[in-house]
Amino acid sequence: MTAALQAQGLGRRYGKRWALSDCTLDIPAGHVVGLVGPNGAGKTTLLNLASGQLAPTTGTIRVLGGRPGSDRAQMGKVGFVAQDTPTYAGLTITEHLKLGAKLNPRWDDALARERIERLGLDPAQRAGKLSGGQRAQLALTLGIAKRPELLILDEPVAALDPLARREFMQGLLEATVEHELSVVLSSHLVSDLERTCDYLIVLVDSRVQVAGEVEELLATHHRLTGPQRDTGRLPADQQVISASHTDRQSTFIIRTEAPIHDPAWTVSQLSLEDLVLAYMNTTARTHHRPVLEAQR
Amino acid sequence: MIEFHLDERSGVSPYLQLVRQVRQALRLGLLQEGDQLPTVKEVVAGLAINPNTVLKAYRELEREGLVAPRPGVGTFVTRTLTDASLAAHGALRQDLRRWLTKARRAGLDDESIEAIFMTTFRTAAQEDIA
Repeated sequence: MTAALQAQGLGRRYGKRWALSDCTLDIPAGHVVGLVGPNGAGKTTLLNLASGQLAPTTGTIRVLGGRPGSDRAQMGKVGFVAQDTPTYAGLTITEHLKLGAKLNPRWDDALARERIERLGLDPAQRAGKLSGGQRAQLALTLGIAKRPELLILDEPVAALDPLARREFMQGLLEATVEHELSVVLSSHLVSDLERTCDYLIVLVDSRVQVAGEVEELLATHHRLTGPQRDTGRLPADQQVISASHTDRQSTFIIRTEAPIHDPAWTVSQLSLEDLVLAYMNTTARTHHRPVLEAQR
Repeated sequence: MIEFHLDERSGVSPYLQLVRQVRQALRLGLLQEGDQLPTVKEVVAGLAINPNTVLKAYRELEREGLVAPRPGVGTFVTRTLTDASLAAHGALRQDLRRWLTKARRAGLDDESIEAIFMTTFRTAAQEDIA
């Protein structure tokens, strides 16, 4: 099966600032991929590179085997819903669908109309008059009716209330089953992605911190709690993601393929949110260390 | 037809929650041989969860011999769990009651009872695996 997204040493610079650096990924098709990280981490840059809106400064990126934005066939295979699910305020829903039909060779008009009807939207309504949730649903309808193999969405639910979020994700996931769609979506909130994604990329400070299947990530990351111990005295096959110590106790978040036999540790499972936060904190600490030392 | 629900705070993975809910429905007689499970699309659209989670749960139930897929139609219950376990419930509950009375007499409060039960339960489960 062709990979949904492959990147090798991918980077993008704006002036002197690297918005994305040294990004290497290999994501098989058939996943719902969550891209998480704080605001400004480089999520939008990565998604814009994948959808062909941006060209890389260094490295290569392949989407469904082709170069993003290279030709009409490639553009037809990849759908992109930009941040804040943009629509044309002055155009009606029907006009949006007509535009979609004109711009997309694989446009599925019946699907689009059926979806609008099921959502209970009035086709004569102008997009500017729709609620945020309805506008997002319109943008999603345009993305799905294009009949892409991969749909890329940039923070699609960030501006929505909880009910609209849930309805949006229901519609999106239903479409993945119905049309065998691969999905990449970004969010700065893990809770948006926890049940919906089966592949996760954590992006912090323009770098990919960790990427992999959610199930595998959860199975290989553990929290160890026990008597005080130096980080250096952990086995070599245990990669330390985060460590904190009191005078008596140490708590580590580690990644390992091997079982943990040391009876000194209480081993507990991590939630996806704990896991992501551990990677985010690691970066924060390495960054702030010089400042802390200067203060001492 | 049953409807699934997910408890975000249970700490149990969504896939396992689905498996347990089907087993529970089989035990209680809510699902019987020949009944259809909700389609993957229905579960995904209802709960907003990843389709692979549902597929994994259904495969696990299939592996346990509880359900079987009929291509193009859906997934159907092939076995019930009612009789065997329901009959044993009463006696087990009585044993547990007796044990609880003993624990209270020994001066254990609710939390201590829960702790002793969970640690024993986990140790036994781990020994079973090993």
